[in-house]
Amino acid sequence: MTDVKTVFGSLNSYQKGGIQIIRDDPKNYVFSNVFEVASKAGPYERVAVGKNFEYVIECVRAEGTSPWFTCDHDEFALVMDGSVEVRLQKLGAAQAAPSGGDGAIVVKGEPGGPKMGRIVCGRGHMALLPKGAAYQFHADKPSVVTIQTVHGPLTIERWAEICETKST
Amino acid sequence: MSSAIAVQASEPDNYYGYRSFKKGKFEFSRDEYFVRVKWPKGSHLMAADVFLRALQRDVAWNFFYGTVNFDHVFGTLNHYGTVDMFAGRYNDAYRNAGLDYVETYDSDELMATFKAILEDWTNKGYDPFAAPEETANPYGRKDGSNVAAITRQRVTAQRMVGCAGDTPIRTDQNGYPVNRHFADVPQDQPQIHAEPGFEDEVRAFNLFGYLSRSDVTWNPSVCSVVRESLYCPTSEEFILPVEHGNDRVEWFLQMSDEITWVVKDKETGAPRCNVTMRAGDIAAMPADIRHQGYSAKRSMLLVWENNSGKIPALIAEGKAPVTPVKF
Repeated sequence: MTDVKTVFGSLNSYQKGGIQIIRDDPKNYVFSNVFEVASKAGPYERVAVGKNFEYVIECVRAEGTSPWFTCDHDEFALVMDGSVEVRLQKLGAAQAAPSGGDGAIVVKGEPGGPKMGRIVCGRGHMALLPKGAAYQFHADKPSVVTIQTVHGPLTIERWAEICETKST
Repeated sequence: MSSAIAVQASEPDNYYGYRSFKKGKFEFSRDEYFVRVKWPKGSHLMAADVFLRALQRDVAWNFFYGTVNFDHVFGTLNHYGTVDMFAGRYNDAYRNAGLDYVETYDSDELMATFKAILEDWTNKGYDPFAAPEETANPYGRKDGSNVAAITRQRVTAQRMVGCAGDTPIRTDQNGYPVNRHFADVPQDQPQIHAEPGFEDEVRAFNLFGYLSRSDVTWNPSVCSVVRESLYCPTSEEFILPVEHGNDRVEWFLQMSDEITWVVKDKETGAPRCNVTMRAGDIAAMPADIRHQGYSAKRSMLLVWENNSGKIPALIAEGKAPVTPVKF
């Protein structure tokens, strides 16, 4: 099928769906759009767009260079739009996130350990952010990343601002 | 036929060629077009394709989370070790008339019967995992089988697809060509530059390319794991073969194209809303509904599940809300 067209959204072009209510409340569906959320967010704010008990999906507007983050569990970054470089480096002494802790923290200072490598991700690419490593994002142009993680100190919740409240 | 657990099956029908099956007081039979389910209080007809597509999912997902409604009458409810099979239990009219019926089984025992039915009733050329345009129809008298199609192993990554020792990425070479509806999806892999000694931790893959090569529809499969948080992306085309009444909140992130979800009350089947999701949309499916998706073009959906075994009881006892967030 040479004329097939798979539609992906982007910061510059997305079309939200909606909720047609019969007997319900739109708020029950916590409905938002990652491109819309990222378009209104500051660079590297980690805005929750999904939450299930302690677990979250964070939406990030990747623009420029982020702080160094680290986490005591794996996280996974999925690029939904644009191009993002993920830089990985080992931590130095006393830089690790609390053992057993939830979610990412900002690393104090520059990571003190050896460089692990870097990954350049385009749309649709998922990168492992391994437990115990420091990671930094860089995007030359505004891009959108979603992160599979646990609710932590950096998770921002602004549901009333981002979610649909009306029936279409 | 399943060999480890006894299955009650008849000899093949003289005309149609299919076996009939019994489990407890349920009876299953099929003819060229229809499947008939009988129980002490009634009986119900379904088109063979509707039944087989739903049965395939219930088998592949090991009864999944919560309620798998084959349609508005028949289905299963997973208790994770045991499973209910029901008729009319989640249908207001049947319940009010006292015609609903439920039996509970050891999960392995019911699974043996379901697998036997699926194997006997799936003819050659028919793939219950495929979209209708991709496969032959399941109608007619018994004609061969398609064991390879119905016994696919479900993908379950332990950390992330493409990690060392984990589920591999899909390629032409390992039997996963790009699906016709995703012919335009870029297949480039991330550029990975790992320092020596860190190759196992510097990992990434093209998830959209991976999904473009899925050979099944409506089959969430684990691609990345954070403790009990499971990313289960899937490619979707036509209609979700079941009405899924989850026993916990689940989330959908539409990664491409569009799906419309028909949402009904989990207990009664009464319509509640229709949720249309396009690329970039993310929404929760509350724990008190059932949902069924419609995807005109094959699309990429991220299904996000919380795999904690504690949740069903918390929700059933009212100790956890059926919606994930209040605002």
